[in-house]
Amino acid sequence: MEPIIFTKNLTKKFGDFIAVNNISFSVEKGEIFGFLGANGAGKTTAMKMLCGLLVPTSGLGKVAGYDISTQSDSIKRRIGYMSQKFSLYEDLTVRENMQFFGGIYGLRNKEIQKKIEYYHDLWSNNEMFDGLVGSLPLGWKQKVAFATAMMHDPDIVFLDEPTGGVDPIVRRQFWELIYKASDQGTTIFVTTHYMDEAEYCNRVSIMVDGEIAAMDSPKNLKIAYHTDTMDDVFYQLARKAQRSETV
Amino acid sequence: MKQFKAFVIKEFYHVLRDKRSLLLLIGLPIVQIFLFGFALSNEVKNATIMIVDQSKDAASLSISEKIRNNDNFHFVGFGYAYKDAHTAFMRGEIQAAVIIPPNFQKSILRRENPTIQIIGDATDPNTATAVINYVTVITMNFQRQALGMTSPVSIDVRNHMLYNPELKGVTNFVPGLMALVLMLIGVLMTSVSIVKEKEMGTMEILLVSPFHPLAAIIAKAVPYLLVSIFNLCMILLISIHVLGMPMEGSYFLLFSMSVLLIITALSMGLFISNQTSSQQVAMLISLMGMLLPTMLFTGFMFPIENMPIPLQIISNFAASKWYYIIVKNIMIKGLGVAYFWKEALVLVGMTIFFIVMSLRRFKMRLA
Repeated sequence: MEPIIFTKNLTKKFGDFIAVNNISFSVEKGEIFGFLGANGAGKTTAMKMLCGLLVPTSGLGKVAGYDISTQSDSIKRRIGYMSQKFSLYEDLTVRENMQFFGGIYGLRNKEIQKKIEYYHDLWSNNEMFDGLVGSLPLGWKQKVAFATAMMHDPDIVFLDEPTGGVDPIVRRQFWELIYKASDQGTTIFVTTHYMDEAEYCNRVSIMVDGEIAAMDSPKNLKIAYHTDTMDDVFYQLARKAQRSETV
Repeated sequence: MKQFKAFVIKEFYHVLRDKRSLLLLIGLPIVQIFLFGFALSNEVKNATIMIVDQSKDAASLSISEKIRNNDNFHFVGFGYAYKDAHTAFMRGEIQAAVIIPPNFQKSILRRENPTIQIIGDATDPNTATAVINYVTVITMNFQRQALGMTSPVSIDVRNHMLYNPELKGVTNFVPGLMALVLMLIGVLMTSVSIVKEKEMGTMEILLVSPFHPLAAIIAKAVPYLLVSIFNLCMILLISIHVLGMPMEGSYFLLFSMSVLLIITALSMGLFISNQTSSQQVAMLISLMGMLLPTMLFTGFMFPIENMPIPLQIISNFAASKWYYIIVKNIMIKGLGVAYFWKEALVLVGMTIFFIVMSLRRFKMRLA
């Protein structure tokens, strides 16, 4: 079967600066793929190219069978995206946010209603749906943001540091959501800083200075780097980095 | 279309939930029109005036009578000689004096062109100018009537100050205020609301969605278009029925031209939002780049003809100036599109310019 994400020598330059340098990798359908790297390693740039927000300087990339340089409009219908910045409308209620994001993907009212009911049952927190998002605790906001990114049942969902700044309990709950989506066949492409979260992934890649330094399952990586924590694997790779926080 | 509807609904939530801004959007124009209409009027009421009538004949009495009965003046009393007026000026008792020369009626009958002197206290130039204008109108009317009585040639009095015989300020400031309000809401609100999406990070989510960015911007404009039209109706209602603004032309034409200015304003707002990424900067640019020129260069506060040539040239870049000319033509003169298509074309040109510039930036940013 053709991989759902596929890149070959994908490169992005901003002037003289090479943000992403010749990366090649593929992600299989239904996988939870962890995309790790220090700040400035080029994770977000790579992700933005895959989502069609940035045009690659050179190289090839395919998402859900479409070319990222030329067919980004077709890609947009097939992917969900949750950005690093918390990004729901705070002056809208949870329900209205879901209706809006469902609406701009062209979903019918019935489909949107079904989705809302699904999360209704899942979270059994009924009054939350009619409260303004701005008044929710951060953890709930993140969960709602994930739910809105999943409204149109995307093939792939891109999560850019989805659990930044929330406590371990909420992070765990968030990962339960991710697993549920993965069980239903959605491919998860996630960036994170937390190495315990890396352990939850089927496979991870670690980016250093715009290149992929290592890519395998967490288990194999730990064997290859002679250690028993992902933390240590990451540290061994990341300390070789030449550039610090640049992006 | 369904996607577009979802977007417009969302925009309405934004506008309706932000009660303070909404109150400002709708309340401000109404407050402004009452302020301009009653408090900040250029019209002078009860200017203190003295008449020095050195003739005391039928003609001079007729003129003084007219001045005394005029609402704009508060008649202080007669002076007997020029020095009476002088003293009154020094004491600050009067703002203007009218000096009627001796043998006034005889001079008229002999066709000698007698001179009436009007003296204004120019420490308050606006009042002085207004008073001089009022007195001039009164004497000219009198002159015409007097000549009409004695001469077989009848003079058409309507020719004088055709559109604004009482020098009312309302015909000036209502079109100006319309321009100001439409520009303010159009430019400021669009630029701020688009930049807000950038600042909040929701713009990225929108760009990842299949919803076209251009459609998003149009959807964003819809609520402000409606608010602007609502404001326009309020201004027209108050100015026509309360302040006595004339409306000689077609409402359809007036509204289509107003929508044209709103679109121009929206395109400027879009352009500004493309240049900045914070709400404060967007607001600052909108206020400095739009509100100030609108106040200065529209022509309703400061006459453009009196400005130095470089400023007159700059004034051509203010969209509101052209709209102001159009509105005056429609409302006061009742003229049709044949008389102001050039001005309308300027607005269309400005709109196209800003949209093209914004789209160019837009593509660059996505690349």
